[in-house]
Amino acid sequence: MNKIQHTTEMGAFNRRRFLQGLIGGTGLSVISPAYLEASSHTSAYTETPSVLVDVTRCIGCRQCMRACKEANDLPNDTELSEGFPDSWEEQELRFDQWTVVNPVTGCNGDGIEVTRNVKMQCMQCLEPTCVSVCPVGALTKSEHGSILYNADRCIGCRYCIMACPFDIPKFEWTSGMSPVVGKCQLCTRKRLSEGRMPACVESCPTGALKFGTRKRLLFEAHSRIKSRPERYINHIYGEKEAGGTAWLYMSDVPFENLGFKSDLETAPLPTLTWEVLSKIPMVAAVMAGLFGTLAWSLNRQETSE
Amino acid sequence: MNGWIFIVVCTVSLTWTALCLVYDRRPRLLKPVTAITILSIWVAAFYTLVRRFTEGLGSVTGMNDAAPWGLWIGTDVFAGVALAAGGFVIAATVHIFRIERFEPILRPTILTAFLGYVLVAVALFIDIGRPLSWWHPLVMWQHHSIMFEVTWCVILYSTVLAIETSPVVLERLGLTKLLKLVKITTIPVVIAGVILSTMHQSSLGSLYLIVPGKLYGLWYSPLLPVFFLISAVAAGMCVIIVESYFSAKILRRSLESPLMADLGKAASVILFLYLTIKLADLMFRGGWVLLLEQNLQGGLFLLEMLGCVAIPAILLSFKRARMRPRVLLVASLLVMTGVVLNRMNVSWFGMSVHEKLNYYPTWMEIALSLGFITFGTVAFMLAVHYLPVFPKTEDELPGETSSWISTKQG
Repeated sequence: MNKIQHTTEMGAFNRRRFLQGLIGGTGLSVISPAYLEASSHTSAYTETPSVLVDVTRCIGCRQCMRACKEANDLPNDTELSEGFPDSWEEQELRFDQWTVVNPVTGCNGDGIEVTRNVKMQCMQCLEPTCVSVCPVGALTKSEHGSILYNADRCIGCRYCIMACPFDIPKFEWTSGMSPVVGKCQLCTRKRLSEGRMPACVESCPTGALKFGTRKRLLFEAHSRIKSRPERYINHIYGEKEAGGTAWLYMSDVPFENLGFKSDLETAPLPTLTWEVLSKIPMVAAVMAGLFGTLAWSLNRQETSE
Repeated sequence: MNGWIFIVVCTVSLTWTALCLVYDRRPRLLKPVTAITILSIWVAAFYTLVRRFTEGLGSVTGMNDAAPWGLWIGTDVFAGVALAAGGFVIAATVHIFRIERFEPILRPTILTAFLGYVLVAVALFIDIGRPLSWWHPLVMWQHHSIMFEVTWCVILYSTVLAIETSPVVLERLGLTKLLKLVKITTIPVVIAGVILSTMHQSSLGSLYLIVPGKLYGLWYSPLLPVFFLISAVAAGMCVIIVESYFSAKILRRSLESPLMADLGKAASVILFLYLTIKLADLMFRGGWVLLLEQNLQGGLFLLEMLGCVAIPAILLSFKRARMRPRVLLVASLLVMTGVVLNRMNVSWFGMSVHEKLNYYPTWMEIALSLGFITFGTVAFMLAVHYLPVFPKTEDELPGETSSWISTKQG
């Protein structure tokens, strides 16, 4: 009990500090660019602005989808406002549709088929694969921990789309010369930097989405699971997946039954390539020395003959 | 549908041309049919390009968000780079290891590699979504990206190949002073070329290290860069054999049969090495279990490893087989097919392991790829015609090199 109390205080402190940071522009945990080299632990990201999704609380009203389109000036050509959730067409993430909510039917722990509404958007990885693979730095990690896209740098190679462990970034296939890559950026430029929460969270009428620091949300999710173990499965999706993400999910149905990717590595993916990349200068130097010596000595042998 | 009929007709026609050359038959229709086929492929490729640059990649390719890399990346870039690996292998053999017997095939090989890299660069320009930003990696550095490293290596190595090819042009133009300068820099340039090639050939494999959850277990391995490099070296050698064979046929010139046999032998050794590491890797990681699944990927893997690695490796290990030009040709073609299949398996079939594939190339994608192949071939023939690529007369060849054609005629 004492321990919980203590952590709650810590959580409150963190939130206060976080909000101050958002408003004052200081005090946020600024992630050093060296995060890619370091085999850092998720504990380094306790202050990252995060969102907790409680799948059991989502009613599938798709208010968040509409709010997202308005907040990010995306075309709202999808019928989002009328009808019952069951009659709505299944929506897909597109370069101009950064979040979707779809009803997904799957077996719960007791083997009974149930339907849950699942929100999808960029998970905002703590150690993002897309940022590490982009050859021109068009994808960057902001000081708020969110991953931003800059079309002016992008060359359209689509390596980010290929590499994303969650299959999130989408491409504008219909543009001849200047297509863009589209994905949720956690409303960083328009809202987060002004100290406001992402539009989708603000629009959620049921509290299925909750905004806060990662540490506080993780604590909250764990305590919800602990207090109602019969309601939730003991798994917070995003806590460890792909090295941890800022978006965290809790549910009463096993995540793999709701279409979530369940076989993800828990280690951050960028280290996989960095292990190879970092060795290249040395390999090149050794090869240069080796071949240089060889060519020189064979050449000399020949001329002396 | 009409597009597909067109592709089939063109493929049949090109195959017929190749078979005519192999069997020394020159029907009167050969030249006009080949010319018309190539021209119509180019018209289709041009149509594809116009639509690609006006309506976007989605309108001409089968690519989509689930399969962001398609045939152009898999064949034109990955396989193209691998097939052009002969350039650095022969350059190193002659200039670094000083095995000067291979000097006569140096120039055509370097030229092939250079043309190959030019086409790879053009293919990349077409494939990236924002082609006008192609220069961004040169100024906007992101050294954590394999793609960044590959871009730099490919650009630098293309420059190296341009320098290595330049003597051919300089000789023709009679610029002796410049020629001397290029010759002095040969060895450092060749060494740079070998390093750059090693780096980007392997790095094309490293591109896939980041997708352990997506690339099928038969192909995903921490050793992907090693596999890409080794298979490229073997394929590069076999491309030299095929290219020399057809040049000899078309130009009715002699060919260095013992050199080709030696290349075949070297390729065989490398293929056995590749096979050994690949099998060890499969056993060690337990990936072989996936072969029991009896799916498309398993079949393709067996086709690749048995049909295009094991069989040619065994064939080329026999001296009697190596000394027969047509056997050598067939084995080399198998190895080339194998490397193309491998790159397709990694970039396409291995990346979409579901009930059905999430990408099918359109006929327009194939037309452009055929356009690249035919364009490269025609450019090579033109260069050979106008530039001193091959040694001028048979007398200039070392004595031991016999000619395939003349021995047959004699």
